Amino acid sequence: MDTVIDNHAPTAAPAPWGRVRRSRYLADRVLKIACTLFTLLGAFVLGWILLMLLYEGIGGLSPAVFTETTPGPGTQGGGIANAIVGSLVLTTLGIVVATPIGVLAGTYLAEYGKGSVLATVIRFVNDILLAAPSILIGLFVYILMVQPMGGYSGWAGGVALAIIAIPVIVRSTEDMLRLVPGSLREAGAALGAPMSKVIVKISWKAARAGMVTGVILATARIAGETAPLLFTALNNTFWFSPTLMGGVSNLPVTIYQFALAPYENWRELAWAGALIITMSILALSVVARLILRKDRVR
Amino acid sequence: MAVLSDEIIVSNNMQPVRRRTSPVFDQGFRWASYGSALIVLAVLAGIIGTMIYGGWPAFQEFGFGFVTSSIWNVGGEQFGAWVAIAGTLTSALIALVIGVPISIGIAIFLTQLCPSWLRRPVSTVIELLAAVPSIIYGMWGLFVFAPLFANYVQVPLTNIVEGMPILGTILYARVPSGVGMLTAGIILAIMIIPFIASITRDMLDQIPSILRESAYGIGCTTWEVVRHVLLPQAGVSIIGAVMLGLGRALGETMAVTFVIGNANRLSLSLFDPSSTIASRIANEFNEASGLHMSALLALGCILFVVTFIVLALARLLIARVKTP
Repeated sequence: MDTVIDNHAPTAAPAPWGRVRRSRYLADRVLKIACTLFTLLGAFVLGWILLMLLYEGIGGLSPAVFTETTPGPGTQGGGIANAIVGSLVLTTLGIVVATPIGVLAGTYLAEYGKGSVLATVIRFVNDILLAAPSILIGLFVYILMVQPMGGYSGWAGGVALAIIAIPVIVRSTEDMLRLVPGSLREAGAALGAPMSKVIVKISWKAARAGMVTGVILATARIAGETAPLLFTALNNTFWFSPTLMGGVSNLPVTIYQFALAPYENWRELAWAGALIITMSILALSVVARLILRKDRVR
Repeated sequence: MAVLSDEIIVSNNMQPVRRRTSPVFDQGFRWASYGSALIVLAVLAGIIGTMIYGGWPAFQEFGFGFVTSSIWNVGGEQFGAWVAIAGTLTSALIALVIGVPISIGIAIFLTQLCPSWLRRPVSTVIELLAAVPSIIYGMWGLFVFAPLFANYVQVPLTNIVEGMPILGTILYARVPSGVGMLTAGIILAIMIIPFIASITRDMLDQIPSILRESAYGIGCTTWEVVRHVLLPQAGVSIIGAVMLGLGRALGETMAVTFVIGNANRLSLSLFDPSSTIASRIANEFNEASGLHMSALLALGCILFVVTFIVLALARLLIARVKTP
């Protein structure tokens, strides 16, 4: 439709107005070209970053990357196995803590609270937390957990990541539940189902795909977070303790430390890690979109 | 009617025990969701509380001078936040100046110019820019962008503007290394584009197409439709989207830490290294103790207050996407 209307008058119409028409035509042209160029620029930067990661990272990818632990200063070889596993553990911990809280809070906003003052305030606060600087969440968890517990720990890292994930899940859960038609709920209530059953069996079921998408997007968001881990899980060049006390090695902080290091093998590992983490996150984001789209089509 | 009741009897026979939801579960579920919602409030209160609690000694020691002093001497225990505050504001402002026109351009392209089959892939590409981790932008900025920027922009530009009034100060690179305030601003601009662009796109989409079509119908060009119909209609929401981008730019940490140079120096040149609040906290917090740590937490407190105000304004200005 746009395209039909877009091929409009300036070129086709007769020109009794002379210069006026010309300047209108020019402004239109400039707008169209500029907007197209800006969009190309955005795509170009994404492509450039991905190509950089492939170019720098693929050479460093070897089996050792996935089997050996991070090397100490000045030692040769090594891998980032402990950092990869550590990141998986911390991200899982974060998402396991965040999902029930986020889903229930989103449910409160969409099903119980709705337009009440409390719900409005919580919605407002949640939107602010959604964009709040992640480094401040790291500081908060440092004071909350690291200081009282007497040291860095994976638990603190997991909680910091959970705090970042919760607003994402709350927002997506609420948005998805709001899309469920009220008549479905009323039908359930008319059959005598109590509120909790209507929510669990009807609303959640209808909004399932969207809610799963929200959780996946939250996972993608926290998997690459560096700033909140700096003061909570810190890092570690060895396998971390099974109790998750002490520093827990993780990919983002390892990349941060290794990328700026003077050792050649550290930098190679940083690039390999950067490639792995970015590709995983982009894959998660794309999968989340596909799930939602498939649901919409159906 | 009879058939229906038969069926009920049959199903009752097959499942003689009717499962009842206990009222305890029903109430428990309600309280659990209520409690979870309160956790969101508690987190925000907790962040404000810890920042004030942790930063209090620094605020007490230096008073209002903490904000205005530009001395940051760890050994001498003299702390002033001005350089970091100025760095945060300047880098975010540069990001807006570069990022906002590009974001709005992308939103206009997606809603007005793009053929429909191309719309979804292009939207996805722009949104994926937001999924790339901050640290990756930092590495790209430091290892790829900064050297190119130094060679092809800083060196020639410095040669041109040297000795000129004003420009000779603002665009003069003492050490053309590529890192510095302007590089940080450019990286931040790229990082906030997907947020501003996707909200602006949603807002433009919400404008009733009858308005657009009427404007085209009386012979407006696309530029005139955008300028006189779409932008005024979406106006306040776009400002909200810009504020959201500003909030993101103010608190961005890792990417900035890589490319800003981390110097505690006030400089009029956009090419000189500086620091932001977030980059300073990231750099120094792990080695800090006592008053130093308190000063960093006080910095965090200032950052939180500023971003809170900006994001609250953003939230108030963006009319929330209405769900049918």
